[in-house]
Amino acid sequence: MKARVTVTLKNGVLDPQGQAIEGSLASLGFGGVKGVRQGKVFDLVLDGSDEEAARTQLTGMCEKLLANTVIENYQIEISN
Amino acid sequence: MKAAVLVFPGLNRDRDMIAALTEIGGAEPAVVWHQDADIPDVDLIVIPGGFSYGDYLRCGAIAARSPMMDTVRERAAHGVKVLGVCNGFQILIEAGLLPGALMRNTSLKFVCREVKLEVTNTDNAFTAGYTKGQIIRCPVAHHDGNYFADAETLARLEGEGRVAFRYAEGTNPNGSINNIAGILSAEKNVLGLMPHPENLIESAHGGTDGRALFAALLAKAA
Repeated sequence: MKARVTVTLKNGVLDPQGQAIEGSLASLGFGGVKGVRQGKVFDLVLDGSDEEAARTQLTGMCEKLLANTVIENYQIEISN
Repeated sequence: MKAAVLVFPGLNRDRDMIAALTEIGGAEPAVVWHQDADIPDVDLIVIPGGFSYGDYLRCGAIAARSPMMDTVRERAAHGVKVLGVCNGFQILIEAGLLPGALMRNTSLKFVCREVKLEVTNTDNAFTAGYTKGQIIRCPVAHHDGNYFADAETLARLEGEGRVAFRYAEGTNPNGSINNIAGILSAEKNVLGLMPHPENLIESAHGGTDGRALFAALLAKAA
C-alpha cells in the first residue's frame, strides 16, 4: 500500500519561501500569480492492506513527526 | 553546581558551550552523547547549537524525538534548569518544552552577525545577572530563527513575563514576532534563545556581555 502525505503551512503563518518563489515567478514573466505557499510531500510504502489501520498510523506519524502542528497542516492520501 | 551538555550528531557549538561552562562555572560539565543510557544527576542541562541531523525535516525535529529528550522532559518537570541555544532552542521547541515555532528567516539568508538584545525580564535564574531593560551585545548565527506563535500563546508569553530577550535597536535578524530572541517555560526553568551568549564571554571574543547569563545560572544552580 502506498500513501502520500502533504504538509503545508497553516493559513496566517508567514511563508517567506513561498513569497520568494512568487517573486521569482513574476520576474520570469509568469503573470497573474496571486499567491504561493510551499510545502512538503512524503511518499510512504506501507505493509498490509487495511486502509483504516494505515490511516490511523499515518495520522500518528503526522502528529508526532512529519508535521509541526503549531504551524503546519497535513493531508493523507492512500492508494493501493 | 553540576551541568551536563547534551550532544546530538550534527551539533557543532558543543565545544564553545563546554568551554564557557568550564571557564565561568569552574568545573567541566558532563558531556552526554544522545545514545548514553542516562543523564547524570545535574542542576543544569544545556543543549548547544549546530545542525542536529543536518536540519533534516525541520530544524531540531529529529533530535527532539530521541529518547534522551524524554529524560530532559522529566528532569525539567522536576525543576532541573534546561538551556537551549540556537539549534538547542529549536530542539526544545520541537520537543514541546517551549511553545511556538522557529521558522525560516524572513530574509531567507543564513545570518551570522552581532545583534543587540534587550533583557526583557530578569525574574528567573538565567537573566538575574542583568538589569531589566539592559541592552547587551550578542552574536547570532542561524537560518531558521524566526520565532512564531499564535496570538493566544504570544499574549500568554508576554503576560507571564516569559520573554527573556528581545532583539533591540532595529537589529532583529530574522523577522521574529515581537522581536522575540529567547523565551522561558511557564515555570521559568527552561530557556531557549537563538543568540549565542557562550560566544561573548572573554576579552578575546571582543566582549563579555554573555558572561552574566552563565554566572547567574551557575551560581543559582549550586
